[in-house]
Amino acid sequence: MSQALINAKSQIAQMAKEPLVLVTLIVIVALLGIFILYPLYKVIELSLMPDGAFSFSVYEYIFSHPRFRGAITNSIMLGAIVATLATTIAYLFAYSIARTKMPGKKAFKILVYLPIIAPPFMFGIAIILLFGNNGLITAGLFDSYNYSVYGLHGLIITQTIGLFPLAYLMLVGILQGIDPDLETCAMNLGASRLRTFFTITLPLSAPGILAAWLLIFVASMTDFGTPILLGGNFDVLSVQAYLEFTGMGNLPRGAALAVILIIPTIGTFLLQRHILSKRTYTTITGKATRHTADTATPLANGIFFSICLAICLFMMMFYVVIIVCMFIKIWGVNWSFTLEHFEYAWDVSLGVLWNTTLLAAVATPITACISVLIAYFIVRKSFPGKNFVAILSMMMFAIPGTAVGIGYILAFNEGPFLLTGTAYIIIACFVFRTMPIGVEASIASLKQISNDIEESSANLGATTAMTFTRITLPLITPAFFASATFTFIRSMTSLSAVIFLISANWNLVTPLLLSQTENLMLAQASITSLLLCATLILGIYILKKITKLGQERIFGKN
Amino acid sequence: MKHKQVNTQLADKWESADLVLNNIVKSFDDGSGQTVTAVDNLSLTIQNGEFVTLLGPSGCGKTTTLRMIAGFEPVNSGQIYLGGHQIDDVPAFNRNMPMVFQSYALFPHLSIFENIAYGLRARKVENKVVKNDVDMALQLVNLVGLEGRYPGELSGGQQQRVALARALVLKPKIILFDEPLSNLDAKLRIQTRLEIKRVQQMLGITAVYVTHDQEEALSMSDRIVVMNKGKIVQVGTPEDIYNRPKNVFVADFIGNANFIDVEVLEVKSETIVINLQNQKLELNKAIAYQDIKAGQDVYLSIKPEAVRVSQSGMKFKGKLYSASFLGANTEYEIEFENIVISSIQKNSESDIKKLPYGSDVCLDFNTDYLQILKK
Repeated sequence: MSQALINAKSQIAQMAKEPLVLVTLIVIVALLGIFILYPLYKVIELSLMPDGAFSFSVYEYIFSHPRFRGAITNSIMLGAIVATLATTIAYLFAYSIARTKMPGKKAFKILVYLPIIAPPFMFGIAIILLFGNNGLITAGLFDSYNYSVYGLHGLIITQTIGLFPLAYLMLVGILQGIDPDLETCAMNLGASRLRTFFTITLPLSAPGILAAWLLIFVASMTDFGTPILLGGNFDVLSVQAYLEFTGMGNLPRGAALAVILIIPTIGTFLLQRHILSKRTYTTITGKATRHTADTATPLANGIFFSICLAICLFMMMFYVVIIVCMFIKIWGVNWSFTLEHFEYAWDVSLGVLWNTTLLAAVATPITACISVLIAYFIVRKSFPGKNFVAILSMMMFAIPGTAVGIGYILAFNEGPFLLTGTAYIIIACFVFRTMPIGVEASIASLKQISNDIEESSANLGATTAMTFTRITLPLITPAFFASATFTFIRSMTSLSAVIFLISANWNLVTPLLLSQTENLMLAQASITSLLLCATLILGIYILKKITKLGQERIFGKN
Repeated sequence: MKHKQVNTQLADKWESADLVLNNIVKSFDDGSGQTVTAVDNLSLTIQNGEFVTLLGPSGCGKTTTLRMIAGFEPVNSGQIYLGGHQIDDVPAFNRNMPMVFQSYALFPHLSIFENIAYGLRARKVENKVVKNDVDMALQLVNLVGLEGRYPGELSGGQQQRVALARALVLKPKIILFDEPLSNLDAKLRIQTRLEIKRVQQMLGITAVYVTHDQEEALSMSDRIVVMNKGKIVQVGTPEDIYNRPKNVFVADFIGNANFIDVEVLEVKSETIVINLQNQKLELNKAIAYQDIKAGQDVYLSIKPEAVRVSQSGMKFKGKLYSASFLGANTEYEIEFENIVISSIQKNSESDIKKLPYGSDVCLDFNTDYLQILKK
């Protein structure tokens, strides 16, 4: 204990020699406190002090009421089913990409991103168009008006397709990180391909599979757009919290439901990090320099190809339906061609889309800068309370958007930080919700830069500020832009938190999409979603160009 | 083979400074709450213009010591003085003690010129002077013409010289080296070693050099500081350390000596008598420690080059265990007194080269290179 105190003291003394560094750290900690801890505290406070006095009455009510108890079990059940299905599909897809010689790999690698750049319930719209009450397949092909897609199975299909790419991205990294020599060696020692898979590849990727499962479990539980659209009578926590908070005006109950949603997500998040940090066998370097082992027969290649093709065709079908829908007068009733929906989109959607893009564009560089700074402090500086800062900066990843939205409304409605109704509250929400990915990417990138390089800079007489701007920052530019891209996409497509924060002056495109879909203006919703997709693709393209320019400036043209 | 350019009078001797370490201590938390003392009450004075090597096995605290001198690690207690000024409180970037890193730590996104100029830029030196000084540094290390390239385009040896130039350009009073040659191949290592020593001598600069390679330490240093477990075991000139190791650790680490258990039979005024393979061997008393007494069990430390092996005609008996041809020499392993000892012989002087393993051989020792050490 005394040793720890001495260390803390000398660390602060060390920093005090460079006031700029100390001030930056203090500002960062203050920001994390105001925009992460304080709102979280407000949610918990309200749920525990509904009438200004401490009581568990709200929670007692929730747990004694079947509707809310049902929402809790439903959320968990939905999460578990979707996580299992999505992880299975993702593993098949990732294995096909990382370990087989199936044809069309390049195309599949791009197509798998389709759901990531889609707004959260764009696939929900497609599902309604296909299987809804006036759906193309249900009503059009089979004429079965009794079938209802609203409920558990609709949610499962939509979320599985929408979320599996997240698991895929994690698993493909892990599979590529397994040294193919291990598999080659197993076969060299006489193991068949199947045996090699079950004794080498699968066990080595097991921690990754579990981590991916947990990731999807949380993503499904915290999803708001799909269940509010397709849930029907299937109540889930995120939707119930929203309805109680905004619909019924029962703020403490809404807050308590959000808190109940936080508990499993934070638990899962911590478990997932624990699993990934324990993974000692494989190293993810991102450099797939070695040749992949010939672990698949032509027959297997064919099978994997068919599976991937089926998945991709399914996803593309969603896009096709949405594109067609834009030109149909009234889907399911009047199939005649029209352009009239575009007029509406031009009047309403475009303005809101512009607002959203503007706010996301403002939030993106801010997030990237804060993320890089935080990562720099975590990796390179020692200061008391470092672990706390590290956990705090990652925590937003685990807090459901619903809780964040409620927390922001409660925290910034009055007093020192009056932000409600302004653009700032939305920007702050974008920045701090997407920051964890930026911090994580920057940490990974910083860890690849040898400590020697920065020490050498200091050794030659550069202050921390000069080292950071002249050496560190240029070297982690790729991570900087990767996290910027992520921030931009997430900000443009997220719904669960911002739906609490929008105002008459500042509406966003995802809530607009929700209201269009709820009012069954499906054609208009389709146009809005595709405009959003186009904006995202354009944004990613621009960021990619800038990244490339940046990299060429740093490392020369290759 | 490239023609070797010689730069003799590029620079006058620079101002250098002595470095004093006074009882410095560094302990770490090993992650499980245990405190590990990496450097334990270390005191050392390095003279103006001296080349001192910190030598020891990995984990002995030599790198930690260097990092404390450079200011990368704060000292837990104790003081560091450079040229009489206490510096242990000065941040690393204000110490002006450039270091040559094991990994070179060149900035991959800066040209060679900008790499070398980096420290000058940090000191806001005006452009004309920067150009002039960098040119001088490039000449010092024979890198003229490569200033426009990037680190990734240079060979390991060239990168190493950039790292050296980047340190020299600051005209420091002292320069630090952290195993700078360990990433080079054997031949280049010897070349670069000579180069560093030449530049250091020419400029008269104080140098602190960390290595675990005994050959490097012996060939470059004015003095060697042998370290083990955070403490200094022995300080001395290379000859001292090699020929008169104070204890088993130094003898083993520096000379790869063989150690044989022997009993002291008799201590006379000038000599001592020991029992080796049931024969009496009389040795000069100077090779033993001070308070040696008859009846003590001690180690006889024998350098491999002090062991002579032959087919016949010598005092002691052994069996050939293995032989490795090393070029000019051959290293033999001989079973002797139930242990395997090593012997290095010039091929021209050896008559046992063609003997099969397991053959009886006889051996003798060059008593000038023996040492009696406490057990």
